[in-house]
Amino acid sequence: MFEYVWLIPLFPLIGVVINGLFGKKIKNEKIIGGIASGAVFGSFVVACGILVQLLSLPGEERHFEKTVFTWIQSGNFKADIGFLIDPLSAMMLMVVTGVGFLIHLYSIGYMHGEEGFYRYFTYLNLFTFSMLLLVAGNNLLLMFVGWEGVGLCSYLLIGYYFHKKSAGDAGKKAFVMNRVGDFGFLLGLFTLFWYLGGTHNVWTVNFRELAANADLLVPGAVVTTVALCFFVGAMGKSAQIPLYTWLPDAMEGPTPVSALIHAATMVTAGVYMIARMNFIYIKSPTALLVIACVGAATALFAATIGLAQNDIKRVLAYSTVSQLGYMFLAMGVGAFGAGVFHLMTHAFFKACLFLGSGSVIHAMHHALHHEHSDADPQDMRNMGGLRKKMPITFWTFLLATIAIAGIPGFAGFFSKDEILWQAFANPHHGGMNIVLWAAGAVAAGLTAFYMFRLVFMTFFGKTRLSDKAFHHLHESPFVIVFPLMVLALLSVVGGWIGVPKVIGDALGGLPNFFEHYLEPVFAYSTAYMSHGGHGAAHHSLVLEWGLMGVSVLIACGGIALAYALYIVSPAIPERITAAIPVLHRAVYNKWYVDEIYDFMIVNPTKSFSNFLWKGFDVVVVDGVVNGVGAAVRGFSGILRHVQTGMVHNYAFSMVVGVVVIVGVYLFR
Amino acid sequence: MIAINNYLILSAILFAIGTIGVLTRRNAIVIFMCVEMMLNAVNLTFIAFSRYLGNIDGQIFVFFVMTVAAAEAAVGLALMIAFYKNRESIDVEDINLLKL
Repeated sequence: MFEYVWLIPLFPLIGVVINGLFGKKIKNEKIIGGIASGAVFGSFVVACGILVQLLSLPGEERHFEKTVFTWIQSGNFKADIGFLIDPLSAMMLMVVTGVGFLIHLYSIGYMHGEEGFYRYFTYLNLFTFSMLLLVAGNNLLLMFVGWEGVGLCSYLLIGYYFHKKSAGDAGKKAFVMNRVGDFGFLLGLFTLFWYLGGTHNVWTVNFRELAANADLLVPGAVVTTVALCFFVGAMGKSAQIPLYTWLPDAMEGPTPVSALIHAATMVTAGVYMIARMNFIYIKSPTALLVIACVGAATALFAATIGLAQNDIKRVLAYSTVSQLGYMFLAMGVGAFGAGVFHLMTHAFFKACLFLGSGSVIHAMHHALHHEHSDADPQDMRNMGGLRKKMPITFWTFLLATIAIAGIPGFAGFFSKDEILWQAFANPHHGGMNIVLWAAGAVAAGLTAFYMFRLVFMTFFGKTRLSDKAFHHLHESPFVIVFPLMVLALLSVVGGWIGVPKVIGDALGGLPNFFEHYLEPVFAYSTAYMSHGGHGAAHHSLVLEWGLMGVSVLIACGGIALAYALYIVSPAIPERITAAIPVLHRAVYNKWYVDEIYDFMIVNPTKSFSNFLWKGFDVVVVDGVVNGVGAAVRGFSGILRHVQTGMVHNYAFSMVVGVVVIVGVYLFR
Repeated sequence: MIAINNYLILSAILFAIGTIGVLTRRNAIVIFMCVEMMLNAVNLTFIAFSRYLGNIDGQIFVFFVMTVAAAEAAVGLALMIAFYKNRESIDVEDINLLKL
């Protein structure tokens, strides 16, 4: 099966070609959606085959490289179009194709009747193609192609409703912010290439060759620079402080797009990249500390904003930023496996949440449309009591919410708790550990609170819709609720493949399958840490159980608070906001970060560009061009007088000329 | 036999008359005739030298000059007729359309 890995990105590309070129002619939504979903399903089947074959091999042989052809060869430099299969990329392929397929399926129902249906599916397939290149590529350059590709598709899909100015602006914002990150990625790539080539004569961008030569990377300023440059790339793609503001705005796109790109796949590219390059990061404690701090800060900061948002998708958007912060926290404390585990569980429950919110918006839209009301179908203040009308959406949404809140037994609990424990017990950051853990724990409590606030405001209580509109609410069609059910199931059971050791032991030796599975990928980092005398810090079992209990208590506290505030006595939140108006306004307006960026970066850039336009372009560039023209005109004006138009003058000048020439010949 | 100097002096006088005619006359046909006179003055010089040096080349050149002069006359007179049709004049002072 390994030999056929090239089929995985090829299927969606075929979908792009068919729908892109002929979609407008085909018109039939079933055929267009069928082609697009079928292409991704084909990739999913191949990915499953690869995973099965991979699992049948012993741990140390679980890698395979398929070179399709040589892409660039120039002197010492060589890059292939080739694919790398190892536990990490096989897992990512499964997540991208599996979740991607469900979302394609969902889109057929959600986008029904939209203008440009074929355009949507072309973009979606193109995105899947790029993402698969990103995770399966066997070298940094091919990864960068995918990296840029997903950025482009993100732009196209956010701006899908391009007739809306806000959607176009959001697309541009996402694109520009991603460009900042991409620049960092490129700088990191160049520095790494130059360093390994210049000092050790190892000219390569291939992942396996880089990993094999990881010993040549001496800890120091250069390695830290490389690690931080790559991290800037990850910041842009994975929406970390300070480059996160594009993600909430990206909610302008269709909801399945938010689920696919801005929750389950693209935004995890940064996490994947750091996990892939773990052998560099493990050598730079400074870079690890930066990543851990940025991750923890993002997790906490985004969670605070999520508390006060009323748009159902925006709450989920900030929750995504916050959860990505967790993943980076895991990367920063050297717990690469835990971070990737959270990436996977997050893909399940966040995709489920986004799709569920899409189902709610879909129903709300129709209900409000019936009533000819122009109320916002995404505003939770217009909802309430939806659980009776949309039972399947409600139950799947609730399960995914429990998973993200970190209630024991659900997927999010295992991954989040593993990250928090590693943040506390890792051997890298000494005294900072407690701060990182505390930030993560508080963010977990906030997450539980705002997610249940969302559930209570949307599904519980009395409806705030008019009777007529409420009457028209109905459950979404099967093609929409089916992906919800699958994803909810995964959110419930997905965590059991990565049970932490203490719980596994308590349950009678249940192995941590996931960690064991990823071991070969992080083998170098693990060995490096134990050789370096750092050793895994030893903590007592009691401490680990205790911390786990604390985080569960915090999560339950958050849920209880949400229950008290939004179910028992819904009047309290208003009184709280009235009591602290300044703080509430700051949180509601996202801490004014966008305004600060406008003031500090956007407006200075604009005025500088204006200066270049009016000061440099108009005066200097246009001045030179017009000056050349004016000079030619001036000289011609003088010479013009020679051309009198009188035949005699011409004849006379000819005669004089001949006399002069003959005279010169005769008398020289 | 007449000395070569006499031929050359006659040729020079004819050439000078032609040149002055070209420079001073306004009627295009007269200017044209003056140009012909200059050409024939040159022809005379060619013939005189050919005879003096006993070399036939000069006489051959004259045939060429006469052929070209005939062609020039054809083109020139055609231009003159075309111009006259437009302007009802063949005065060179009127040929000034290109002047600003």
